[in-house]
This record gives sequence, C-alpha cells and structure tokens, in this order.
Amino acid sequence: MSRTAPSIGAAPSRVTRGLILGIIGALFAIPIIAMIEFSLRDGLAGGYTLSHWTSLVDPASVAKYRSLTTGLGNSLLLAVVTVGIVLLLLLPTMILVQLRFPRLRRVLEFICIIPITVPAIVLVVGLAPVYRFIGSIFGSSIWTLAFAYGITVLPYAYRTLASNLGALDAITLSEAARSLGAGWPSVLWRVLLPNLRRGILAASFISVAVVLGEYTIASLLSRQNLQTAILLISKSDPYVAVIFALLSLLLVFLLLLVIGKVGTRRPGARSSKPSSKPDLTQGVAS
Amino acid sequence: MTNPQGAAVVLTDVTKSFAGHRALDGVNLAVEPGEFIALLGPSGCGKTTALRALAGLENVDAGSIHIDGKDATDAPANKRDLGMVFQSYSLFPHMTAAENVEFGLRMRRVGAEDRRRRAAAALKMVGLDGHSDRYSHEQSGGQQQRVALARALVTEPRVLLLDEPLSALDAKVRVQLRDEIRRIQTELGITTIFVTHDQEEALAVADRVAVMRDGRIEQIGTPEELYRRPATPFVAQFVGLSNRVAGTVEGDTVLVLGQRLPLLEPSTTPDGPASVLIRPEDITLAAPDSSDAGLLRGRVLSTSFLGSLRRSQIQLADGTVLAVQHPVRDDPAPGAEVALALARVPVAVADTDTDTDTANVAVESSQS
Repeated sequence: MSRTAPSIGAAPSRVTRGLILGIIGALFAIPIIAMIEFSLRDGLAGGYTLSHWTSLVDPASVAKYRSLTTGLGNSLLLAVVTVGIVLLLLLPTMILVQLRFPRLRRVLEFICIIPITVPAIVLVVGLAPVYRFIGSIFGSSIWTLAFAYGITVLPYAYRTLASNLGALDAITLSEAARSLGAGWPSVLWRVLLPNLRRGILAASFISVAVVLGEYTIASLLSRQNLQTAILLISKSDPYVAVIFALLSLLLVFLLLLVIGKVGTRRPGARSSKPSSKPDLTQGVAS
Repeated sequence: MTNPQGAAVVLTDVTKSFAGHRALDGVNLAVEPGEFIALLGPSGCGKTTALRALAGLENVDAGSIHIDGKDATDAPANKRDLGMVFQSYSLFPHMTAAENVEFGLRMRRVGAEDRRRRAAAALKMVGLDGHSDRYSHEQSGGQQQRVALARALVTEPRVLLLDEPLSALDAKVRVQLRDEIRRIQTELGITTIFVTHDQEEALAVADRVAVMRDGRIEQIGTPEELYRRPATPFVAQFVGLSNRVAGTVEGDTVLVLGQRLPLLEPSTTPDGPASVLIRPEDITLAAPDSSDAGLLRGRVLSTSFLGSLRRSQIQLADGTVLAVQHPVRDDPAPGAEVALALARVPVAVADTDTDTDTANVAVESSQS
C-alpha cells in the first residue's frame, strides 16, 4: 500500500475532527448561549441587566417563585426515591441474576430496555389506572411518582450497572470471599459493592439527571416537579423560567462531570509510582 | 507423606449432574491428613466439579463429603474452613495485597494487630514481603496467585484446594510457583487437593494422583504407579506418552512388531487383536550395523530437541511410525537408517476401537 493511499477505517484528520467537534459543539452551545442572552435581556427597555438573576435571591420574590422552589424540592425528593428504587431493587436483582441465574440475564436486560422504546405519553396512558390504585393506598403524595420514574430510568441505570458488573468477575470474587469465611451479606457489602461503586454512582447520577429533566409524566399525572413548575412560571416570568432551565442543565452537566471523574479513577492510582518494584514473574524470592 | 496438622477428606459416592449431564458419577476419594493429591484429567472429566463440591461451591446430588471425620456434605462454603486458590485471578481489586490476605482473618474477627502480623508473615512466606500495599492491577499474574495463596493459607485452613492455579501463568513462572506450592505444603503439612489437566504438573508435585474420566476416578496412585502400572488404557494414554501399535494378545503376552512382550494386566485382557501402548523411552536406538535379528529397522522422519532428551519419529519398513526417546548425544539425521530395540517390559493394551480422544497426549503410530 502506498503511503498516500486512503485507508478504510483510518482516524479522521485533525481538520475533520475539529469540524465535527465544532458543529456538534455549536449544536449544543447555540441554544445555551441564546438562553443566557435571553436571561440577561432588560425586557422591553432593551439592553442587558442582571436583575432577573439577582431577583432569584431577593426575599421579596420568594412568594412569586414558590411554585418553582416547590417543584425543585419535589424533583429532588423524587430523585432520591428513584435512586433508592434503583439501588434497593434493580441492583440486588442484577447481582442475584449474575451470580445465581445467569440464564435470566438476557430476559432481565430485555425487560429493563423496554421503557426506552415506549413513548412517555403511552407510558402515562398505561400508568394512569395504576396510579388510581396507588393513590387509594398511598394518597397522591408527590413521591409516588418515583414508581413511574423507577421505570423510566431503568434502561439507563441497567446499562450503567451491567457494564460495571460485566467487567467484574463477580462469581469468582464472591466464591473466593465465601471460601474465606464470608457470609452473603459480607460478600455483598465488603466485596461486590465496593467494586460496583463506579456503576452505582453513575447509575445514581444518571437517574437524578433523568428525574430532574422529566416533564411529561408529571404533567399528565397532574403532579408538580421542576419542569412543570418551569413551564408554569414561564407564563408569568419567562426570564426566571429560562434561568432555572439553565441551572438545571448546569446541575446535570456537573453530575455527568462527576460520573466521568469517578469512572476513570482506579484504586491505588494515587499510589502508583514509576516501576521500581521487582517483577517476580522473572524471579522467585525464596 | 502424611502430617497430623492436615485434615482427612473423604468423598463417598459423590454424584452431581448439570442439565442431564453427569459431571460426577459416584466419586470415591480418601485423602490422608497432610497428603498432597492431584486430580488429573482432560477437560470436562469432573475434576473441578469434584473440587467445587468439596469447597461447598456446588451442592451434590448424592453421596457424602467428610472433612476431618465430620459430615460436611450440606455445610455452606463459608463454614467449611477450607482455603482455595482459583484458576482466574480472584484478588479483590479494591483491596491491597495485605487487605486481601487479611480478609479471611477479618471474617473470623481476628484483632487488627494480629491480622496485620499474620498477613505480613503469609506474604513473606510466598516471597512477597514489601508488596503489601500493591493493588492487584499493580501486580503480575504470578504475584497475584502468590497473594491468593497467602490469602488461602493465612487462616490456617484444614484443607487447601487449588483449582488449576497455574494455568494462566507463563511456563517459567508456572514451574517456579508449582515448586513453591509444594515447598509450602510440605512445611505446613496441610492437606492439599490440586486440580490440573497438566500431567507433568500433577506428577511433579503430588504424593498421589487421581486420574479422572467422565466423572469417575479411573485410577489413584503414586505418580510412579500411574506411569509404570496404569490400571486402564485411558490412564496409560493420558499419563505420559505412548505409541499405539497394532498387536495380538495371546494369553499373558502380546505379539507386537514381531516380538512377544508381557502384558501389564493379563487377567483382564482377552485374546485377539489389540492396540499395544509402548512408551517412547521403552524403545532404544541401536547401532544401525548391528546384526541382531531381534532389532527393528527403520528410517528417521524427524527429530526434536527437548532440552534434556531428544525425541525422534522413526518409520518402520511396514509403514508404522514410532516415537522414540533417546539421549541428546544421539542425533540421527532425517532420512538416516536406524535400528530399534524394544525393552521387554510389561505393556498395556487398548481395544482396537478405543476412542482416541486423548490422542493429544498419546503418540499415535500410523500405518501407511
């Protein structure tokens, strides 16, 4: 092959890479910049002002933005309960299937992926009668919405946990722990969970991100969360609605940043030094 | 070799099936305290299943397992007080070497100071003192298996179980660690059961070797017994290399290559055609100009240098190809005419239609 011959599957040139990055970056950046610009506009008077931002911390505006703070509080509560469902229901199920019923792995994966293929509106139609029943038991408290969110976050949480679990030889590790005298609770708490830390954190953060951005289910089931509150407030104060939308985007961005940081850290990375250690594959200390 | 510090292990009629396949078919095995037993056999013969049943990692369908005289058949794995080293690297990735070794002690609620002292001693025993703060990803495969060995031994278990712990290592480290395991086992006098498919490994370290096939133990004996007096054709083929040559059984002898050789098991061998199993080292090279009428004549096809010895493929006049093991100083060139002498030692025979699925370890002679 000549030096200049094009090769299939070769990495794109620096210019192509820059172009792709620029287009995709613009796709994300333009709406965000537009939102920032809009939030700084001084209404009909023209020009720019920080007054919309400062009004958020103005005690006089507390009552005005109560629906927003309530929505934010509700969304945070829903995020916590949803993460609880993921960690207390999905994670133990996945570990159990991995260790004891590996043949059910495909079935579990199929079930967990289904919600991503069902539009939220369809999901709500199915959930409405269920929520009538739930309401008769638990009342119409906001936290019950977490049952529905537990379903919507399944695909994301499952993939994240499955990728971590798949990279771990959970069966051998649990057998090694048991042969060393550990009961199942110790196997779970001392061996498996510490090694699933990255997956657990990532699944939790993604669940939080999904819950904070959810609108359709809450709106159609007549519950108030951050997104429905933003829509509500946008009718009276579009600037603050955009500011809250920006802040929730920032929060999600920070969460994803933390996932990235946690995901690339390995135990002992802090202590790894240039190799001055002897390699015993080449010699046996006796 | 026995040592009172180890525990006796007895498996009685142990049976285990997986989805209709009988992995263990009435395994009986009695291991003396302090003994080093190797379970040897091809893939799928049930050796790992037997070890896992003993460890409590598989429930048995029938039969019983006694450890130190007590029935442990239904005891959970974490209550059996056994140490185990796995084939795949099984160190806990989030723990350092020392924390890994301390794990079993922590489960036994040993005090922190005592834990640290014993873990350090165990790491020193396997030659890894100074490596206590290394994580598994900072260690080579050999080092990880040493830590796993220290972790299994630090709790002073009644029995040490080794499930092909060397198979993932390169050849040099494998031999080093194999010898080290034997040294430590001898020092501690711990009853040890070692699963391997590598016959050289089994013969080199074990007091006794149990050869398994299709979920059963075919023969158990010292390495020399297995090699010199195999009880079945399968054992003869699996342990060591053998030439399979067509012959005819007549009474307590077999006529093969024009010579009459005594049979290893004449009482169980019916008269008639059979495949005779002749060890490469039982055939010697003789001077080609020798006039001895009892010698076989052939031509060298190829010769391989194996370090301490040489093995050559010799084709006889009737087309039979024999593998011959001889000293390195004898270096016949390919194509050279040579004479061969058969040692008059008892030989094993197999049915002519015996399945040759173990041909990977047997030297199959061929008729052209």
